[in-house]
Amino acid sequence: MIEIKDIHKSFGDNEVLKGISGKFKPGVTNLIIGGSGSGKTTLLKCMIGLHTPEQGSVLYDGREFTQLNTEERIEIRKEIGMLFQGSALFDSMTVEENIMFPLNMFTDQSRSEKLERVNFCLNRVNLEGKNKLFPAELSGGMKKRVGIARAIAMNPKYLFCDEPNSGLDPKTSIVIDELIKEITEEYNTTTIVVTHDMNSVMGIGDYIMFLHEGKKFWEGSNKEIAKTDIDELNDFVFASRFMKAAKDKL
Amino acid sequence: MNFTNFGRYILLLKAAFRRPEKMKIYMKAIFQQMDFIGVGSLGLISIISTFIGAVMTLQIAFQLVSDFIPKTIIGSVNRDSSILELSPTISAIVLAGKIGSAISSEIGTMRVTEQIDALEIMGINAPGYLILPKIIAGITMVPMLVIISMVLSISGGYLGGTLSGAVSSAEYIQGITTDFNPYTITVALVKAFVFGFIITSVPAYEGFYVKGGALEVAQASTRAVVVSCISILACDYIVTQLLL
Repeated sequence: MIEIKDIHKSFGDNEVLKGISGKFKPGVTNLIIGGSGSGKTTLLKCMIGLHTPEQGSVLYDGREFTQLNTEERIEIRKEIGMLFQGSALFDSMTVEENIMFPLNMFTDQSRSEKLERVNFCLNRVNLEGKNKLFPAELSGGMKKRVGIARAIAMNPKYLFCDEPNSGLDPKTSIVIDELIKEITEEYNTTTIVVTHDMNSVMGIGDYIMFLHEGKKFWEGSNKEIAKTDIDELNDFVFASRFMKAAKDKL
Repeated sequence: MNFTNFGRYILLLKAAFRRPEKMKIYMKAIFQQMDFIGVGSLGLISIISTFIGAVMTLQIAFQLVSDFIPKTIIGSVNRDSSILELSPTISAIVLAGKIGSAISSEIGTMRVTEQIDALEIMGINAPGYLILPKIIAGITMVPMLVIISMVLSISGGYLGGTLSGAVSSAEYIQGITTDFNPYTITVALVKAFVFGFIITSVPAYEGFYVKGGALEVAQASTRAVVVSCISILACDYIVTQLLL
């Protein structure tokens, strides 16, 4: 489980996060949602240590991440898998080398064992046989799937996904969402997805935290989200014509 | 580079020299960088050094027109100039342009496309993995390139001088072999070592802290070359002052 307590983060005079707390449980897909500039990516980066919050704490199964030294942080980071918004695949490496990279760095497995793991991960994201392609030869959806394969290569306890659907068509978005949900349930990972895609919210949002102007405005599940009286949340949820039409029908 | 930048540069170097996660992976990266910096720059350094040597001979011959000065001096002036100054410094400035911009843009692009974040999230020491192999390759390959440059510059001087008739073959060879002080080679190699460090570490710093997109990567690349060149010339003066 990951717990955040009273996270504050500013950039100059701009206070982006204004005291956010919450708990993210394992085995369920946790979503952080909100409009552009609401602070969701900043919160994610504070949780994984790419930003240092001015105040508050991040606990990984009780271990206070923000107070750890570099070596102790590295130990926790070995338990983290991350899917970046732009996939962040290493351009100079093939798909196989990308997925094998963390295995090369942190395990003493033989080449055949590592290759077996790479093929398993590729198979898991339905990309078997694409080992020798370079990132430049992949479509956006394939890059995301390779990103997921690399993220799960080390059997992570915690999986973070930063806007996994950005730039993807609706059909591919659903494939990525379902993949994230399946992996979360299969490996009992604590998965946190930052998104503003309502398809994802309604499809895989077991637990949802809604951020607005740097504050937590609401938390609940995808079954509850359409029934709230919070104006800010309704403005966000029913911003699209499709969602508005669906609500009007109900 | 102001004091804040210098402080960040030192901290980045400290992180880069932390113990590697896996030596085997680092060794592979070091050899790749040696190939890029050393073998990849050999052609350019060879051409530049040969022509500089040839031009130097012609200019020295032009300036030393006197019955009181033996023509053998052309060879010895060319030798000492090539070894002490032209080969290390001109090579370093050329390499700062070629290698420095490549290092800065490579690391800068990795920064803006979140590849460095990905390394850090994996628990990998990103400065160590990305910068240390480049620095090691720089401080080993730049001195080797400088040695090759010295040989080719002196040889270029021979070709330029004899083909133009500015100096005879015998006079030039007598000039380069008379009163040779091997210490000049030591000074040149110390310079090459320092320059190799600057050529790799300064652009790596500029690239590592890029924020923004393609424009900022290009600006960092330009800044890397400018700062490297100025640092090379400043260190050239300091090393010369200290060792000669």
